[in-house]
Amino acid sequence: MQSLRRILALMVKEFILILKDPKSRFVIIGPPIIQFIIFGYAATYDLQNVRYAVFDESRSTLSRELLSRVEGSGIFRLSKSLLNERQTATVIDDDEARLLIHIGPEFDRNLRNGLPATVQVIADGRNPNVALIALGYFGTIVEQFNQDLLRHGVVTRAGPWVRLVDRAWFNGNLQSRWFIVSALGGIISMVVVMILTSLTVAREREFGTFDQLLVAPFTPGEILIGKSVPGMVFGLMDALLFALGAVYWFEVPFRGTIPALILALLCFIVTIVGVGLLISSLSMTMQQGLLGSFVFIMPSVTLSGLATPIANMPHWLQVADLGNPLRYIIIALRDIFLEGADSTMIWPQLWPLMLLACVTLPLAAWLFRHRSQ
Amino acid sequence: MAGGIDSKEPVPAEVVLSVQGLKKEFAVKKRPPVQALRGVSLQAMAGRVTGLVGADGAGKTTLIRIAAGLLVPTEGRVTVLGFDSVGDTLEIQSRVGYMPQKFGLYQDLTVAENMDLYADLQGVPGAERAERYRRLQDMTGLASFTRRRAGDLSGGMKQKLGLACALIKSPRVLLLDEPTVGVDPVSRRELWKIVYELVERDRIGVFVSTAYLDEAERCSQVVVLHEGQILAEGTPREFMQRMEGKVSRVVPPQAGKPRRLYTRLVGREHIVDATIRSGLVRVVTDTVGIGSITAALAGEEVAAIEGIQPNFEDAFMAIIPRAEHHFQPARGGDTPAATPDREDEVVVRTRELRKFFGDFEAVKKLTFEVRRGEIFGLLGPNGAGKSTTFRMLCGLLAASSGEISVAGNDLHSSRAMARSRLGYMAQQFSLYGQLSTLENLRFFGKAYGLDSGRLRLRLEWAFAEFDLGRWRDKAAGSLPGGYKQRLAMAAALLHEPDILFLDEPTSGVDPFARREFWLRINGFAEQGVTVVVTTHFMEEAEYCDRMLIMSQGDTLAMGTPNEIRALVRSADNPQPTIEDAFIALAEGEVVPLVIRSDAGSTEGADK
Amino acid sequence: MSPAALFLMRMRGILRKETLQILRDPSSIALAIVMPLVLLFIFGYGVTLDAEHIPLAVVSADTGPMAGDMVARFDLSPHFATTRLHSMAEAVQQLNEQRIDGIIRLQNDFSRRLHNGEQVPVQLIVNGIDANRARLIQGYVRSVMGEWAMQRRARGEEAATPPVSVAQRVWFNEESDSRNFMVPGLITLIMTLIGILLTALVIAREWERGTMEALLVTPLRRVDLLLGKVIPYYLLGMIGMGLSVGVAVTVFNVPFRGSIGALLLLSSLFMLASLGFGLLLSAAIRIQFVVAQVSILAGYLPAFFLSGLLFDLESTPRFIRVISHAVPARYFVAISHTLFMAGDIWPILLPNGLVLAGMAVFFIGLAFRNITKRLER
Repeated sequence: MQSLRRILALMVKEFILILKDPKSRFVIIGPPIIQFIIFGYAATYDLQNVRYAVFDESRSTLSRELLSRVEGSGIFRLSKSLLNERQTATVIDDDEARLLIHIGPEFDRNLRNGLPATVQVIADGRNPNVALIALGYFGTIVEQFNQDLLRHGVVTRAGPWVRLVDRAWFNGNLQSRWFIVSALGGIISMVVVMILTSLTVAREREFGTFDQLLVAPFTPGEILIGKSVPGMVFGLMDALLFALGAVYWFEVPFRGTIPALILALLCFIVTIVGVGLLISSLSMTMQQGLLGSFVFIMPSVTLSGLATPIANMPHWLQVADLGNPLRYIIIALRDIFLEGADSTMIWPQLWPLMLLACVTLPLAAWLFRHRSQ
Repeated sequence: MAGGIDSKEPVPAEVVLSVQGLKKEFAVKKRPPVQALRGVSLQAMAGRVTGLVGADGAGKTTLIRIAAGLLVPTEGRVTVLGFDSVGDTLEIQSRVGYMPQKFGLYQDLTVAENMDLYADLQGVPGAERAERYRRLQDMTGLASFTRRRAGDLSGGMKQKLGLACALIKSPRVLLLDEPTVGVDPVSRRELWKIVYELVERDRIGVFVSTAYLDEAERCSQVVVLHEGQILAEGTPREFMQRMEGKVSRVVPPQAGKPRRLYTRLVGREHIVDATIRSGLVRVVTDTVGIGSITAALAGEEVAAIEGIQPNFEDAFMAIIPRAEHHFQPARGGDTPAATPDREDEVVVRTRELRKFFGDFEAVKKLTFEVRRGEIFGLLGPNGAGKSTTFRMLCGLLAASSGEISVAGNDLHSSRAMARSRLGYMAQQFSLYGQLSTLENLRFFGKAYGLDSGRLRLRLEWAFAEFDLGRWRDKAAGSLPGGYKQRLAMAAALLHEPDILFLDEPTSGVDPFARREFWLRINGFAEQGVTVVVTTHFMEEAEYCDRMLIMSQGDTLAMGTPNEIRALVRSADNPQPTIEDAFIALAEGEVVPLVIRSDAGSTEGADK
Repeated sequence: MSPAALFLMRMRGILRKETLQILRDPSSIALAIVMPLVLLFIFGYGVTLDAEHIPLAVVSADTGPMAGDMVARFDLSPHFATTRLHSMAEAVQQLNEQRIDGIIRLQNDFSRRLHNGEQVPVQLIVNGIDANRARLIQGYVRSVMGEWAMQRRARGEEAATPPVSVAQRVWFNEESDSRNFMVPGLITLIMTLIGILLTALVIAREWERGTMEALLVTPLRRVDLLLGKVIPYYLLGMIGMGLSVGVAVTVFNVPFRGSIGALLLLSSLFMLASLGFGLLLSAAIRIQFVVAQVSILAGYLPAFFLSGLLFDLESTPRFIRVISHAVPARYFVAISHTLFMAGDIWPILLPNGLVLAGMAVFFIGLAFRNITKRLER
């Protein structure tokens, strides 16, 4: 009873402090909004406005038909029409276009005579991802063009021909925004919880109030609980707000269950609180706390699978990444949002989180007791 | 030491610093600007030390910063050596040595590298350096530390290095902003010796602000600043002459027990100031003679009341107007303490207490006891180990070996509940600056497990006792200094602790707040609260029942103020102060002596 | 002494002080040397968009040689790790459990229809959650099928080519190795960290520790103060850059096709622009804690997200693109990609370099205006 009263007093104090301190308030509001904008709009692999140049030597109905399909795809934007061979050498070098489409003079004639025709495409490999995806789009356009040539009888010659019929499940239009925005809750709650908890002890140390706390009849456990609850509440709040933002602003589908979402976030936040308190116990100044959380946040976000797939990493790094709590919540969130997972289906992501929490929390408590002397 | 400088003046003094009608405002968000200086005019001469004294927030630092060209005045002007502080800032800066309150030494650089840096910046020619360095290092005693990093120097050494850097180009004017704050008495004395040497040999002009009134007394000229205005100006002697006949000392009937008389005198009509000095009560009145003292002490037993020579501090206390500093303490005995048998019970006990930091032995086998209702002082120069000892007592630090018992527990290993019997007040203001006064108090009340009924009663008590009602909903960080300290004390006392731990409670607090603070402490001790306090203001040690003087982790001396003073009593100095004793002990002039103050033997040394 | 001699003496003092401080302060070393290396290794190894061994199920009910030939092509591709499954239901379940990323299905009349000269569909189902990866898988599958058709033709078997085929080439980065793209971009990030975060922190620390006040009352000119900060951190940033380029070329085998001179010139411009921004921040903010937060928000994050380092800028909405023009890193990312992969192509380097030079002048000029020898602003 006494213990509960003390914890409550500490919690109330922490809440008031966070809400009164402009810097802490900013931590709850600033990074979330910035991340919402950055991740929502800037972090996208979906291509638009890919600048391309055309060197059309054929200048025929068919070549124009093909090019109009490229233009009409909504992905490509014509930046330059070339008139002679010489220009093709520099147009990519000088970044005037990222894709060069070269249609030879025989194009129309060959097709009408039943001969195969070739379209030459050169992509700027300085950004290989853009190059590959743009080439993929272009390939699809050409494939469709071929189909129509046959259907409309422009080309009569038919032979055995293998055709790819592709379909994407869970995300039919292959929008990468869904992929990134659905995982936002994990990142945002991590940043908020990390900054709030990792600075909480250091701030008291710097303002000299920490001794005051230690001298008062708090047990280390009470201090840790009292200090972690506000971070958890604000982290969860931000994460849920972002789930709403994802669904209503970015129109990401929500196919799973709300209990599963809350359960997953809670498990994750408890783990992160452990990490935050760990850093907090280790750092004597706020700067160290900030640096410490930066050191944790940066690689864990980089290796979380948010932007690049974990499966692409070398094997040893994938093994090391098993200790990264963020990877689990991101998978869980995507499962919940896009695949319709419920509480039982995310279990494979939950137990590693719980396991990590079982390591970080006691370690934080132990360190706290030993470093607070 | 320096009192006679002005008398030796052979030629009319040259004005090196002149301040004319200086006003300075600081803009504050959403509030009327703060008036730091409201029309100040003064002059400082070459070959003299001009002292600037005043309470916190009087505008001392602002004035010195304007002179150094760091701030631009709102109105009026300052000229240094004939150069305008705004227009010819660079001219001034190449001729003036300036030492800010916290001198910005580069902690990562060695002593020599710090000096090299300032020599380069000031353009000291390479040929002159060797000679200059040698002289400065001889003066400051830094010669054997040239390769040590500034961060590893002791507090006093750092100040001396700061001074050496400020003096690197033989400046014609030296501006010092509270150069001795937080410096132990021995280092303070050495620092001043250097300054006076320069004044006499090189005839430079020194303009210094200080909070230590004994330092002001040794200046050639003193300016008293109060709330941005000059209250008085003159030589210290002129100040003291005005007090002639208004200062007396009251000898208590029982030697070494002046506290009762002191509490009776404070705040009474015509009594400007009362302090405990050398075991006697020093009283300043606003009337000549001892009439008002006898009136105030009617009915008290007194051994003697004698008129004595005034000092600058008396004059200072008499000059500063005090509307809100008028504090009437709760009289000891009005609210009798619940513990009648308080004299004998040992509340704090240590035995062979040691603390190592790596190989360094910070505390060496310390043994002492504190009894209930005692005020026990821990004294010592910077780095003596008093803070370490103090933190071990509070349970903030684990002892390496030895025993500690506070109210029967070792606070470090005991359960949290054991700590609910003690109150703690940290060195710096350490409440939550953003929380309001009420929120702070409520938090600490609940932290110590007060239920809502009792909490309400105690909150009412705190607001009444410490007169905090006006600040109830103000953020604690925005309170004026004195009120911050009151709030910190209220928070420490809210749960009615048996033992109060106070770590340098008066550092950075002006003389008025300090007096008020000690008055309260006395009151609580009278009620049976045991007080353990660290301080580096030696005159404050007079208020303690007993004290422990530490140096380099070792016990230098322990005993009552009378016993400590007795160590250095001689024909030359029949009424030594604690500071005299401390310096003698620290410099090894007196054999360190530990007086085991077991009950009954405490009065022995005074006879 | 002459004013010039005095100036040189002051510069010597302040430069020596900065150098000693950097050498002795572990946090400067950590930020300037350790952090870049850690970043390089994390990104160099951890961030790659190239997929290998993508788990893929092949469901083929056709036992004919032509189907077998096709399936074998998928098995041989380094991009895929295939498993043969016999029922579609099983494959769908594995896809749902995310044990595989896609299913390739050949119908049981695959060989027969092919033999008859008909059009035969090959079905591909991918998990679209990671849209980027899904697109890459589609691309890889398509190219495997293309190779299959080509080989058949080479063997003289009848295999129709589509009427229009695409001959594609990727310039500058023939293997489309995303590390070649990532690592040069990272150097931008590292220099941003040194230029903005480290510089701003160090100056804020001088304010907090009170050393600034002592410096201000010396006869130091504003120019001295500016140069005293710019020169050491410029050099530190260039060392970080050199280190990163060295690691990129030797450890990660990223090609460097430009000239060292161009790299030095252009990275200097970028470094100066970043430094100017850092100095501006520190002139405005004197608290380390706040400076750290602001420099991460205003320096690091934009350099990461709005520079084209990881995400393609041209595909972002217009307002993001407009904002990105204010980010110096954007210009240097373009420069370093060109220098590393393409060479000294001045039509790209020059405009970007000019913008950086303009920014450097602007930020340093503004910082200089904001440097004051007074405590107040």
